[in-house]
Amino acid sequence: MDFTLSKKHEMARQLFKEFAENEVKPLAQEVDETEHFPEETVAKMQKLGFMGIPVPKEYGGQGCDPLTYIMCVEELSKVCGTTGVIVSAHTSLCADPILTYGTEEQKQKYLVPLAKGEKLGAFGLTEPGAGTDAQGVQTKAVLDGDEWVLNGSKCFITNGSYADYYIIIAITSVDTDARGRKKKKFSAFIVEKGTPGFTFGTKEKKMGIRGSATYELIFQDCRIPKENLLGPMGKGFAIAMHTLDGGRIGIAAQALGIAEGALDATIAYVKERKQFGRAIAAQQNTQFQLANMATQVEAAKLLVYKAAMAKATQRVYSVEAAKAKLFAAETAMDVTTKCVQLLGGYGYIREYDVERMMRDAKITEIYEGTSEVQRMVISGNLLK
Amino acid sequence: MKIVVCVKQVPDTKGGVKFKPDGTLDRAAMLTIMNPDDKAGLEAALRIKDETGAEVTVVTMGLPKAEEVLREAMAMGADKGILVTDRVLGGADTWATSTTIAGALRNIDYDLIITGRQAIDGDTAQVGPQIAEHLDLPLISYAQDIKVEGDSVIVQRQYDDRYHVLKAKMPCVITALSELNEPRYMTPGGIFDAYDAEITTWGRKDLKDVDDSNLGLAGSPTQIAKASDKVRKGKGVMMTAETAEEGVEYIMDKLLTKHVI
Repeated sequence: MDFTLSKKHEMARQLFKEFAENEVKPLAQEVDETEHFPEETVAKMQKLGFMGIPVPKEYGGQGCDPLTYIMCVEELSKVCGTTGVIVSAHTSLCADPILTYGTEEQKQKYLVPLAKGEKLGAFGLTEPGAGTDAQGVQTKAVLDGDEWVLNGSKCFITNGSYADYYIIIAITSVDTDARGRKKKKFSAFIVEKGTPGFTFGTKEKKMGIRGSATYELIFQDCRIPKENLLGPMGKGFAIAMHTLDGGRIGIAAQALGIAEGALDATIAYVKERKQFGRAIAAQQNTQFQLANMATQVEAAKLLVYKAAMAKATQRVYSVEAAKAKLFAAETAMDVTTKCVQLLGGYGYIREYDVERMMRDAKITEIYEGTSEVQRMVISGNLLK
Repeated sequence: MKIVVCVKQVPDTKGGVKFKPDGTLDRAAMLTIMNPDDKAGLEAALRIKDETGAEVTVVTMGLPKAEEVLREAMAMGADKGILVTDRVLGGADTWATSTTIAGALRNIDYDLIITGRQAIDGDTAQVGPQIAEHLDLPLISYAQDIKVEGDSVIVQRQYDDRYHVLKAKMPCVITALSELNEPRYMTPGGIFDAYDAEITTWGRKDLKDVDDSNLGLAGSPTQIAKASDKVRKGKGVMMTAETAEEGVEYIMDKLLTKHVI
């Protein structure tokens, strides 16, 4: 067992780090303050292939592995949680399901431009009445001739309105089982922005990742071609769950990056800040807090990288992804909260990045499966 | 069109310069980067490649570890990498280095050779011009802009307060300034490809038309007695002058005391 990164992964990390420092960090405060979706940064990332890192070259991607992609999200999130989630939602939740479940035609039509960075992707499962209980989805798709007709709405959709392609989960039939209970069957669809009947509702005002565009999607008699069904009919729920397994590794990497970014900023601060005639780094409380945080971050990193490796080599990686996300998200929240405390009053001021990082960290415990959902997945596997 | 770019792996001086007790650079204790002037030269070559489809080969001389800069260059878009490494070539000064690189370049076809103006570790600015001499090629140094027109290059050569526009027929050598451009980033896929690609490695026996007396430490006329970090300046003195005359008098007095004037 070898925990050292290969030279090519080290070089990839260096690339992501340089890009994050030079192009992303200078905008992070403004992106947060003004809730600005960083289109200029997205355009740069699209040009450099950051939007198709784990996608094979024959589909316009970079032909790298999930670990490389995860390190990209991690490095971006060290300086800007918003930028990290834009890449994660696009790659894990839109490009990946098309790569996994798409027909060759769908891959050519949708995956290639997504991976090349010509188009941006998003994913819609959550609805006002369907969060952790994803079975509560109400959006329906009915086949009418050669077209599916979608009706319903989705909420809290990352990259909403900016994305060109959306993976949408909708009910396609309601079956009755032997005991007379009704059971919804879901299917997955690819929907293009601009399709008549597909509009955007409210843009959410959020606590953190404020530059990320979080929108409501509305479908009113939205007609899409029959061939935009993604994967087998009636298998939409399984597709969504498998897609979220991958997505969770991306969010775990985002959480890991936020924790690392906050820790780095805090280490620099405590060396400079003087109280009682010496740097607060000389206080044992500071030293012990830093030691605890560094240990938590390292443990989170090992879980996240292990999950990324599992995605590369295993067909099913739900438990690895759930453990990585649970631990990394809770680490991010814990570490950023302690970092704010170590910075004291300055930690509470927007000029200092840890304030933003603490707000950004919270969402990682909530989206793409709350920490409670991750515990359900992990314990469900233990008790099956 | 074939372009060769000579690059050097140098210590990253951003994190501070570290020395061994004997006063020489402690290279092992410092992170390494591609020399900034060389990187700008590579970017210039890649832009010519973008426009004309030219083939770009990067050449470096150094320890086996120096292949990292070749991989980096290939991850940015260079086509081939050649590493010149051999124990007998170690300890080379600019003369032995340029002799070695010229010996390697005699093995390959090129229309244009681009080097950086100077490396941030030695700051000599000699290797590029010496390569041109060894290969009997025209040289344009301090390039702040490079354009290819037919079989010629048109280069802006930087001076303190102006630039000269020079035209040279290829093959020729250009030394590039880091201000020439903003080098592109690598791409993730480019990195993976670069690590899958073969790097050509040459040693002493592969060098063409060179004499052993001009190689390595023994063939180096320059010997470094001692290297030191920049001398840090003192804090400086602030004085407030009531009148211009008083200020001038104060400054003149200081200059005279220190025998500057």
